[in-house]
Amino acid sequence: MDTASFIIQQLINALFLGSIFALIALGYTMVYGIIELINFAHGELFTAGAFIGIIVLAALQKTGFVESHFVITLILVFGMAMAYVAVLGVAIEHVAYKPLRRASRLAAILSALGMSIFLSNGMMLSQGVSDRAYPSILGIEGFSILDARITYGQVFIIVLSLLLMVALQMFVNWTKLGKAMRATAQNQTMARMLGIDIDKTIRVTFMIGPALGAAAGVMVGLYYGSVRFDMGFIYMIKAFAAAILGGIGSIPGAVLGGMIIGGVEVLWSAFLPSEWKDVTTFVVLILVLYLRPSGILGEHVSETRV
Amino acid sequence: MASEQPILKLEDVHTYYGNIHALKGVSCAIPSGDIACLIGANGAGKSTTLLTIFGVQRAAEGKILYKGREIHHLRPEQVAALGVSQTPEGRQIFPRMTTLENLEMGAFLRGDKVAVAEDMEWVFSLFPVLQERTRQLGGTLSGGEQQMLAIGRALMSRPELLLLDEPSLGLAPKLVEKIFETILEISKSGVTIFLVEQNAHMALSISNTGYVMETGRIVLTDKASDLLQNEKVKKAYLGE
Repeated sequence: MDTASFIIQQLINALFLGSIFALIALGYTMVYGIIELINFAHGELFTAGAFIGIIVLAALQKTGFVESHFVITLILVFGMAMAYVAVLGVAIEHVAYKPLRRASRLAAILSALGMSIFLSNGMMLSQGVSDRAYPSILGIEGFSILDARITYGQVFIIVLSLLLMVALQMFVNWTKLGKAMRATAQNQTMARMLGIDIDKTIRVTFMIGPALGAAAGVMVGLYYGSVRFDMGFIYMIKAFAAAILGGIGSIPGAVLGGMIIGGVEVLWSAFLPSEWKDVTTFVVLILVLYLRPSGILGEHVSETRV
Repeated sequence: MASEQPILKLEDVHTYYGNIHALKGVSCAIPSGDIACLIGANGAGKSTTLLTIFGVQRAAEGKILYKGREIHHLRPEQVAALGVSQTPEGRQIFPRMTTLENLEMGAFLRGDKVAVAEDMEWVFSLFPVLQERTRQLGGTLSGGEQQMLAIGRALMSRPELLLLDEPSLGLAPKLVEKIFETILEISKSGVTIFLVEQNAHMALSISNTGYVMETGRIVLTDKASDLLQNEKVKKAYLGE
């Protein structure tokens, strides 16, 4: 493989992995932005999305629907996984976080950790402890640019991720509800004094963030071909690092952080022993936080101006 | 005027911050269409009074009536829906939203797009500088611009009662004058104004009614013009 092909191949790999991390990181950053809580159950919501995907897909495969209606299948799989996890996200907020909104930060964090353990064990009991094979409906067909091999599945996942991120950006910047969410994140008391129902904006945040995580879960399942109840952990750690790296609370920051973490990991794997690739995430994180403690796009505005 | 129901009435309102007894029985009545001001030293409880009216702080005892209706058990978003709006202490501009978005948030509860656009024009006519800053983030505006934006945002809900907390704080004297002129103009459009100020002279000179607050209690109520002549007020708050 020549150098140009090699670069293209690695670029696609980086974009793919970066998109996945970015989607998950968005969930962390949005929830942190609005209630200043790290939702430790987010990794489990990602995994739950992957499981819903596999359940829907298996059911559709039995009827032969997948072959006859491929596009509708994809819409159903992603749609149902995202919808289910959105509901789960709202339920978690209602049960585990809302009652603690006025309590200390530590209480909410412990509640989040508890929710994470609860969901993880729930999935272990209901879905088993071993790897579950994901129906490989995306196939291995693709095309070549020079000697670089790119599958349609990769292209689909990258394009879908980007579409979701653009849709999110449009929602928070252009819609009334999206703006109300940003207002709530920036100043809750003032938002309430303008008539904004912050319970509602918080609920919507807990729908969108987890739904994006669920989409990433389905993508990982479809691409790597298997899921397990504890697969959320490593993704959670890296996406969390991505959110911090980009500047927690910042939506563009989460996307940027995800892409950087994905890119560095791919770069490392291309040249150096890949069993060490997980370390790279944290090396990058430590370096950035050392040089810029609030993350790359992190804001100081809210702290310095009262 | 005596027979008319006041737009806002506080009856023996007590508010606590934890163990601190911040309001110790505040009573006042503001007639519809009036400009009333609440003056007093730092920490007297002026801001707390406004926050309690809005339900941000709970009134532990007493009654707050808006147009005869009890509102002291309502949440801030419900008070806003009744037609009350506030420019709180510290302006509370959304720092990472543009001037335009901040104003739009002021009209959050309204669906009538045409009327909202008209009010936006009105706000821009009151504060032309805001029109030049529509795309600028709120956090990057100067203090004076932020104050104008806070008042503009409060007007965007087309309120019947406007609560202003220290609109002159930290502003250059010339700008203070401009802000108070604008407050008079807003009042002429039919909005009732309840003003909290440390700049007692300015506040009393534009108000009809004045209240003097000391350590959680209203100790003096009179026509604003009389308070300006009152020897005690002169000595304590007007620096004469």
